[in-house]
Amino acid sequence: MKILVAISKVPDSTSKISFKDNNTQFDEAGIQFIVNPYDEWYALVRALELKENLGGAVTTITVGEANADPVIRKALAIGADDAVRIDAEPVDALFTANQIASFARDKGYDLIMFGKETINYNGSQVGAMAAGLLDLPYVSNASSLEVSGSSARLERDIQGGSQVIDVDLPAVISASKGMAEQRIPNMKGIMSARKKKLEVVAPIEAPRHTEVLSYSLPEAKSEVKLIDPDNPTELIELLHKEAKVI
Amino acid sequence: MNVLVFADCQDGKILKSGIEAVSYASRVVEQFGGTLVTATYGTEDSSELEKLGEVGAETLFVSKTNQGTPWSLTEYLSALVRERNIELVVLSNDFTGKAILGLLGSKLDAGAVNNAVDFPKNENGFTVKSQMFSGKAFGEVRITSSIKIIALLPNAVGTVSNPKSLSIKYFEGDFNSRIKIVEEKKLETGGTVPLPEAELVVSGGRGLKGPENWGIVEDLASTLGATTACSRPVSDLDWRPHHEHVGQTGLAIRPNLYIAIGISGAIQHLAGVNGSKTIVVVNNDPEAPFFKAADYGVVADAFEFIPKFTEALKAHKANNA
Repeated sequence: MKILVAISKVPDSTSKISFKDNNTQFDEAGIQFIVNPYDEWYALVRALELKENLGGAVTTITVGEANADPVIRKALAIGADDAVRIDAEPVDALFTANQIASFARDKGYDLIMFGKETINYNGSQVGAMAAGLLDLPYVSNASSLEVSGSSARLERDIQGGSQVIDVDLPAVISASKGMAEQRIPNMKGIMSARKKKLEVVAPIEAPRHTEVLSYSLPEAKSEVKLIDPDNPTELIELLHKEAKVI
Repeated sequence: MNVLVFADCQDGKILKSGIEAVSYASRVVEQFGGTLVTATYGTEDSSELEKLGEVGAETLFVSKTNQGTPWSLTEYLSALVRERNIELVVLSNDFTGKAILGLLGSKLDAGAVNNAVDFPKNENGFTVKSQMFSGKAFGEVRITSSIKIIALLPNAVGTVSNPKSLSIKYFEGDFNSRIKIVEEKKLETGGTVPLPEAELVVSGGRGLKGPENWGIVEDLASTLGATTACSRPVSDLDWRPHHEHVGQTGLAIRPNLYIAIGISGAIQHLAGVNGSKTIVVVNNDPEAPFFKAADYGVVADAFEFIPKFTEALKAHKANNA
């Protein structure tokens, strides 16, 4: 099994989000960056389990600048064999997907795995776009993945349920909750991660079709209205007449 | 601007999120001019298809053979884009929309914006407001490609009545699925609306102490006609199925009413629910951070307050029936 896992650098999920330069830039001051949880907990860990059972190698790929190296080292500490960083800012989904597809093409990966989305831009686009560019089968939101021979069986979340899917490899997968359990890197993993290969590759020319012009925060809620717990009817009246939701 | 909108269908029923996408697209055409083409699959039932005519669909394509897999839908929609000179594709940002958005973007060399929460603007180029950072922020995103794709967040703009007379065209052609569907499994939701589409949601957290105590949540939900949800710890502890988990690493939802019972309101949880129009928080800890994000708060023991609230609600329903 030769597996490529795409890893994104995102703000830690407890981060308070703010913007600078007249709300045109994400403010990184004081932000702790992590591996995108869907990439790490589900895609990467399942890839490592498949390698442990079936043999092979797991490579991570990240489109990002040098400041992404610490989170790439974290993925190596969890157990990836080596890493590739395409040296470009991942500003647009199709641009990012083109970088990954260009690297992966002709390298013989059996599986190319993504998290179902990143927790910063929530795009859920890059994996599907890479599948489109590589003209490979695509299974989105997979909560389980078993490989046998040259095919895989997956369970894919759909509205109100799930589908059991068979697919021939190579294929592109996006992973959701349930595919694997989070792994905490141990000291041996952290030490060995320093020596693992992190190859930096120049980006290819690719179109950029989207750009964020400005950011905004949700409108602040007005002060909470406290209800007397002995008077549930008051809450019903407010929901009915004031909020008009029931 | 010629617009193609896709309305997803499951088990022969057009999804509510698909009807909302058609309503959105018909309003985009009113704003920008052009023609609207609507596409669906999986049903020939005229009462289902008429639901799309009621919100503005006129030319409606129905694919009889489509399996509804990401690739087969992508090929179907790509064929319509080429045939009809489409400049904007509108999808719903549901499971199906998320699966095809990127495939379609790469096939059409199109810029795509998902989680759209508002209508596009034409002031600084073509821009649309998108929910980002798992609900903690928004971005105004410009799309510069000649073909553009928008995936609309469910419950973001609602639907408005705009009845049109439907012209139904059956779309011939087989599409390659590239995957084989072996089996479909249904969630056991007791017939309630699926969480991403639900307008009323009752959610429980660790404050409920154990799965055996979910009766009060379920009673309230069934009285309201609401869908049940839960916080991440509850789903991690397997007290509730993981499809009920709302929050940053679960589902992001925007119902009209979100009632949180025994949930403290960690920032990751708020990210998934702060698009809700009205939030009610019931917690015995007056310092719970969730009260700061709530419209209405009740500082009370949930085991005492919720049954009383449910009873009062039954009386209210009976009086207003």
